Amino acid sequence: MLEIKCPYCGKRSQNEFSYGGDANIKRPLLGKEVSDKEWDDFVYYRENPRGNHSELWHHVSGCRQWFKVSRNTATHEIFKTAKLNEEL
Amino acid sequence: MQKYSIFSLIKNAFSNHQNWEVAWKDPEPKKEYDVVIVGGGGHGLATAYYLAKEQKITNVAILEKGWIGGGNVGRNTTILRSNYMYDVNNLFYEFGMKLWENLSQELNYNVMYSPRGIINLAHSDAQLNAYRRRGNSMRLNGIDAVMLGREELKKKIPFADFSSSCRFPIFGALMQPRGGTARHDAVVWGYARQADYMGVDIIQHCEVTGFDVQNGKIQGVQTSKGNIETNKVGLCVAGSTSLLAAKLNMKLPIESHVLQACVSEPVKPFLDHVVTFGAGHFYCSQSDKGEMVMGGDLDGYNSYAQRGNLPALQHVLTEGVAMFPNLSRLKMLRTWGGIMDMSMDGSPIIDKTHIEGLYLNCGWCYGGFKAIPVSGWTFAYTIAQDQVHELNSKLNLNRFHSGHLIDEKGVGTKTWIG
Repeated sequence: MLEIKCPYCGKRSQNEFSYGGDANIKRPLLGKEVSDKEWDDFVYYRENPRGNHSELWHHVSGCRQWFKVSRNTATHEIFKTAKLNEEL
Repeated sequence: MQKYSIFSLIKNAFSNHQNWEVAWKDPEPKKEYDVVIVGGGGHGLATAYYLAKEQKITNVAILEKGWIGGGNVGRNTTILRSNYMYDVNNLFYEFGMKLWENLSQELNYNVMYSPRGIINLAHSDAQLNAYRRRGNSMRLNGIDAVMLGREELKKKIPFADFSSSCRFPIFGALMQPRGGTARHDAVVWGYARQADYMGVDIIQHCEVTGFDVQNGKIQGVQTSKGNIETNKVGLCVAGSTSLLAAKLNMKLPIESHVLQACVSEPVKPFLDHVVTFGAGHFYCSQSDKGEMVMGGDLDGYNSYAQRGNLPALQHVLTEGVAMFPNLSRLKMLRTWGGIMDMSMDGSPIIDKTHIEGLYLNCGWCYGGFKAIPVSGWTFAYTIAQDQVHELNSKLNLNRFHSGHLIDEKGVGTKTWIG
């Protein structure tokens, strides 16, 4: 069982959270001219590293806030969590 | 090669089974190969076998970081089926089913192919209609599919919960009678033995650490056992595909996720088919030893750990108990996890790449085991001919740019959501 520290509520069990994928994916800016490749990279292509991974989680059965988690994908160890506007 | 038969079994019994030939050798890598396959799992071994048998290329090496069959081919629930809706998937997997049907004879190795039938339960009228549509699509492609009503189901799976008061009552089912199971280890060992016999070098405990690419062409691979020259490299490394691709500065539409499965203690036979729960994601069958083999959802977050967590397992088994209430009385024998190469539309990729001589076989998501023969067959064709076969022409990498996605499950880019 993962224990995830929500930046708003503190440490809670994995059961309260849902996963939102890679946190480093940047959506192309609204109104900006976007090439097909930029858009496809945003929608489909991922680094998918083995090791440290910055990712989004959602405290869906708690405060319902999205936040960032730094986690090791090989050991599942969680190093740090942060609010969306904070640095990990 | 020594042929396996009842006579060779009897003959070897007289010498206490001490004189069997080794099934495959343990060679050191040569300096140069025509084709190097990275990954000694089901797909890699099948690719090497069909390269030798169908494409007549025998100067082939399989490089395996651990031991053959130690990855996902030893971590699955051994289900075989071709019950898809889109033509591209139907035709691809049905070609594979035909290979499965004759595989034991072809490999002279009993892969224990058991066409016990796969039953997809429906729990609403809408789901039953969707299954009818899928069944019709299968039949239009010449694949066996039958719809079952509640009364027929009661005869086939009497232990399922048929009460009308349960949360997800059973409305009916789609069944593919030729679907079923096979023995995972036997598939690995059968392909390995034949490939080895035809001249393929199976090199275990040999990790690929880098690639030699010059002017956009593959020239060789760097391994923990030295450099190997080759002009063609095929990647069959499932959940580790992104890691090797990163060494080639390639980014792929893939995320690696852990999928757990489990078996219960062995019990007397009570389930003759593979059954899937339609109101969630759970499937089970009974092994020849009597264990219930069960699986379902991913844990749901990026992972390379080959082990999962209890919440996902509990979620999956709750669905199992809803379908077969008597499962709640069984003790769990083993659980394990494998790393799935989850592609962004839920369908596989068998294709050439922008690097000449580099071929990609990945994105199998939950369904790699059943695809072993057809994946190997088409990948061998693609490597040998340097062009895709009609069967895998739509399983291309470029579809994520062209928009021709094969979203069979309709879950979009978050294939890790159950």
